[in-house]
Amino acid sequence: MGKDDKTRGRARAVREPAAQPARLVVRKTYKLYVKGAFPRSESGRSYPVTSPDGRHLANAALASRKDARDAVVAARAAFAGWVGRTAYNRGQILYRVAEMLEGRRAQFVDEVAAATGGDRRSAETAVDAAVDRWVHYAGWSDKIAQVAGAANPVSGPYFNLSTPEPSGVVAVLAPQDDPLLGFVSVVAPVIATGNTAVVVASEERPLPAITLAEVLATSDLPGGVVNILTGRTAELAPTLAAHADVNGLDLTGAGGLAAELEQSAAATLKRVMRPRPAPDWAAKPPIERMTRFLETKTVWHPIGV
Amino acid sequence: MPSTTPAPDIAASNTSLRAYLHGLPGVDEVGARERAAQLATRSVKTTAKAQAIDLAIRMVDLTTLEGADTPGKVRSLAVKAAHPDPADRSVPPVAAVCVYPDLVAVAVEALADTGVAVASVATAFPSGRSPLAAKLSDTRRAVADGASEIDMVIDRGAFLAGDYRAVFDQIVAVKDACAGAHLKVILETGELVTYDNVRRASWLAMHAGADFIKTSTGKVSPAATPPVTLVMLEAVRDFHALTGRRVGVKPAGGIRTTKDAIRYLVLVNEVAGAAWLDPALFRLGASSLLNDLLMQRAKLSTGVYAGPDYYTLD
Repeated sequence: MGKDDKTRGRARAVREPAAQPARLVVRKTYKLYVKGAFPRSESGRSYPVTSPDGRHLANAALASRKDARDAVVAARAAFAGWVGRTAYNRGQILYRVAEMLEGRRAQFVDEVAAATGGDRRSAETAVDAAVDRWVHYAGWSDKIAQVAGAANPVSGPYFNLSTPEPSGVVAVLAPQDDPLLGFVSVVAPVIATGNTAVVVASEERPLPAITLAEVLATSDLPGGVVNILTGRTAELAPTLAAHADVNGLDLTGAGGLAAELEQSAAATLKRVMRPRPAPDWAAKPPIERMTRFLETKTVWHPIGV
Repeated sequence: MPSTTPAPDIAASNTSLRAYLHGLPGVDEVGARERAAQLATRSVKTTAKAQAIDLAIRMVDLTTLEGADTPGKVRSLAVKAAHPDPADRSVPPVAAVCVYPDLVAVAVEALADTGVAVASVATAFPSGRSPLAAKLSDTRRAVADGASEIDMVIDRGAFLAGDYRAVFDQIVAVKDACAGAHLKVILETGELVTYDNVRRASWLAMHAGADFIKTSTGKVSPAATPPVTLVMLEAVRDFHALTGRRVGVKPAGGIRTTKDAIRYLVLVNEVAGAAWLDPALFRLGASSLLNDLLMQRAKLSTGVYAGPDYYTLD
């Protein structure tokens, strides 16, 4: 008995660690954002994302064409609910996105600085501009109809009213160089007018977009209104450009693929946005970002008799 | 396979029928669910998928059973049944159009010379709560108007009360009123509560002369599910082994996607056997399924995802 006790005591002494082990850092898994949830790619693939100087930042999900298909289904399902909200309510929700983004300003400054390799100062400017851009489009949401619509004078006893309506599901290829401000500048105008979006994030700098998805998910934005895919633009874009259930295509981040994608989009008569020259994201955004994905409905209503 | 050999007089009395049906072996409920779930994981791709889609289209009973059905709606459904995709003539026609009895004449006229059959629900569908005389006149009217297939509902109340003989006699009487038209017997499995009851109702219907056993009306939830269909497919397989007569199976209600349809085809092949992979022995009762089959077919042949904007609204 006594011997046993002694042996046990010695064993305990040997197992005693020299010092407290360092805490393991809990790292975030960057996944897709589809239908309001954060799934991995159905393909199970991922790819390493590095900073411009070659430092490994994280692994991002490498979305497949089936993820693109699922994202379109989610965007289509969300469309009726989103377009059915009042423009005023959509504006409120976009403003809420700005509030949530402002609250996580420091986190986004770090992410943008790491992704672009720039200094903190320019990253701060970019994050502030991104917050302001959400506010900008939140304001536009219930005013675009007054600008893009009209009461038309016609030679007959009719009220003749033209109102803009959203096209439907818009596939957006986000700009490759500017991972946050550029991303916000292409997504916000699409959803402000009532469209839903499937967005392919910047291939080399996708991380801020996925962190932004966390903001969208907590801003009363219904699931499926914005769906974000990360991966190879060349793999995902052709599927989205040819998809018959996609109504609009923004080729901002398409690079050399743009002409080919525009051709393939023509088969299903998509609204296509192909900005030339490359936009300056710091400048005041053109109204065309919204009007390109709107259809005009004109109503004739008899007066009197 | 049931150990009891059917004596010719199993339906001699309610007691003998009850003894026979309750003598059937019980269904392993967990096993049925597991097997159906396991078969649902089969991957059917490329050329096999193309074949499965065309077969599924040929098996569809294109159905409209709404209070708001109009002759116009039935006519447009008939056109769609004969040529599901006007842009692609290689798409085969569906098996049948299924309507309420008063619209049979419209459907028969619209489908003349197309090879598409006209099926009619009858016998006070969907509840079946009418006197037998009314059910029979319902059936005779549909057959007289030209329906070549009749979908009848069983009296679930009598079945659950244990009055099997009444259910049996009604099926025999309706079969008689069908005068040659194919009889599909709807068990309404969603109201039968247990898989044991589904097995009993299947055997009861087959002995009474059913040409098809059908899961549901589509008006009760749950409608068709893979495990229930599996139990019914086992029943027709065993009935064939016992009597040499092949009875068909028709799951109906809740089958909306190509993926679901292909899973049912796998189930048919693995449980009943390849002989049942034929529109004469297996049907899919559906309305929105057809558009999804057409879209998946277009995706396979063009490589481009199709959208509902390019297909009819039914």
